[in-house]
This record gives sequence, structure tokens and C-alpha cells, in this order.
Amino acid sequence: MIMGFADPFDTLLDLQRSLEASLASDWLQDLTTSRGPFPPINVFQQGDDILAIIELPGVSKSDLQIEAKENTIRIFGKKNVDYPEEASLHRRERVSGEFDRTLSVPVQIEPDGIKAEYRDGILALFLPRAESDKPRTIKIS
Amino acid sequence: MASKKELQVTQKRELEKKEETTIPARIFVPNADIYETKDGLNVVLEMPGVDKSSVDVRVEDDVLKVDGKLDFSKYRGLQPLYTEYNVGHFSRSFRLFGKIDQSKIAAELKDGVLSLMLPLAEKAKPRAIQVN
Repeated sequence: MIMGFADPFDTLLDLQRSLEASLASDWLQDLTTSRGPFPPINVFQQGDDILAIIELPGVSKSDLQIEAKENTIRIFGKKNVDYPEEASLHRRERVSGEFDRTLSVPVQIEPDGIKAEYRDGILALFLPRAESDKPRTIKIS
Repeated sequence: MASKKELQVTQKRELEKKEETTIPARIFVPNADIYETKDGLNVVLEMPGVDKSSVDVRVEDDVLKVDGKLDFSKYRGLQPLYTEYNVGHFSRSFRLFGKIDQSKIAAELKDGVLSLMLPLAEKAKPRAIQVN
């Protein structure tokens, strides 16, 4: 990786940011902490199936990509915050940037049955549990 | 590579209520950007999950108040397995400086982001004076 020397402070701050991110993310420990990388995810159970709800305000549908593989879902894309030219900024709280997050679910999912719905800045991922993974009642003969 | 900025989670701020509420739901302060162009003031607020019909924008006594109500019925019957963020309504108010033409306030909601355009009243607009 070759870094430009255009702005050494930018490079330094980026380094610090990524170091802090690695401390803040939960990849080092297997705990259900409330801290994770962007975007924040809530996972719910709906009957036998899993429903993941992700907050992505300001991300347009075309900048959002979802990949599914076995029992992992990858959500990646970018968020843009634009201002018109000749605008004087009074307050800036919204941040832009890229994100890439992989979510693994503890059950086998049916990859063909995955449904994704994006509306009002909320991504809802419907992850159906694979038939083979569902518990079966065994009749005693 | 150095130009790529990775997004970080910003923790939601809960609204410090002036009045007590009669509903048990939480209220959060939406992240906002404010910028001014020659036409007026633009306020952009992030309110994920808020539907077009549940937004309330009003200007009263030079205070802009924005409320966004969340539909909790979608969460009914869901068993949480793992949670990273809390959900609630959104509310934020700003004291405005300069006169706003209230009849021409425009609002647009897209991907959970509410953009408000508050045009300056005619007399408050900067005017270029021609020197003869």
C-alpha cells in the first residue's frame, strides 16, 4: 500500500481512526456487545426465520450491495453527503464514507429465499431458515 | 487508499425532554446538517424508518421544530436475538435567526433523510446595490 504524502495529517488521522475502529469492533471477542462496525444491525427472530434490520439513512439503493454465502451475509456500499456549491456550512453532523460488514447467523439459511427490502433508510433482510436445519419431531412407533 | 474513509457508528443521542411525555417510547435527536445558500437555509436531518406521512415540520416564534414518528407495529411479534441500536421517535428544534418565508418551506424525504429548504423572506435577502 503506497500512501501519498499530500496530507500527512490526513494519513495519520486515518491510521488512528482505523486503529480505534479495530478496538471498538467486536471481532476480538465473541460477546454480544452493543458496539460493532457501521452499519448498526438489529437481529430478530420471526418464527423459524431470522430478520435483520439495518439503519442506513442517506444511503441510496444503488450504492448498497448485499451478498449471501452459506450462513453469512455481506452488506457493503458507500454513503454520500453532498452539499451544493457556494453553500456556507453552519453545522455538520452527517458523515460520509464506505462500509463493509459481514453478518453471520447461527442457523443455516436458504440462500434463494433471502429477501431484502430497503425503505426510508432502513434495510430489512429476511433470512429464511433452511428446511434441513429446522428441528424435526420424531414419532415413536 | 488513504482517501477511503471508513464509516463509524455514531451513537444515538437521546432527547433531553423539556416536558414529560405520555408515551413510553424513546425520542432521539436526529443528526443534522445545516447550510445556507443564497436562497435560504437548508436543514438536513437523518431520520431512518420515518415515513413521509409521519413527519411534522413547523415554525413557530422563530423556532423550527421537526418531529418524526416511527411505526412500531412493524416490530410486533419479533423476538430480539442481538441488538446494536435502539429505536424511537425523532425530534429536534432549532432557533432561527433571520426571517423565513413560512409559506414557501419545502420538504423532501429520501432514504430516511429529510431535507428542508427554508427560503429567506424577501426583505431579509441580501441585495446587491448598484453604484452609479
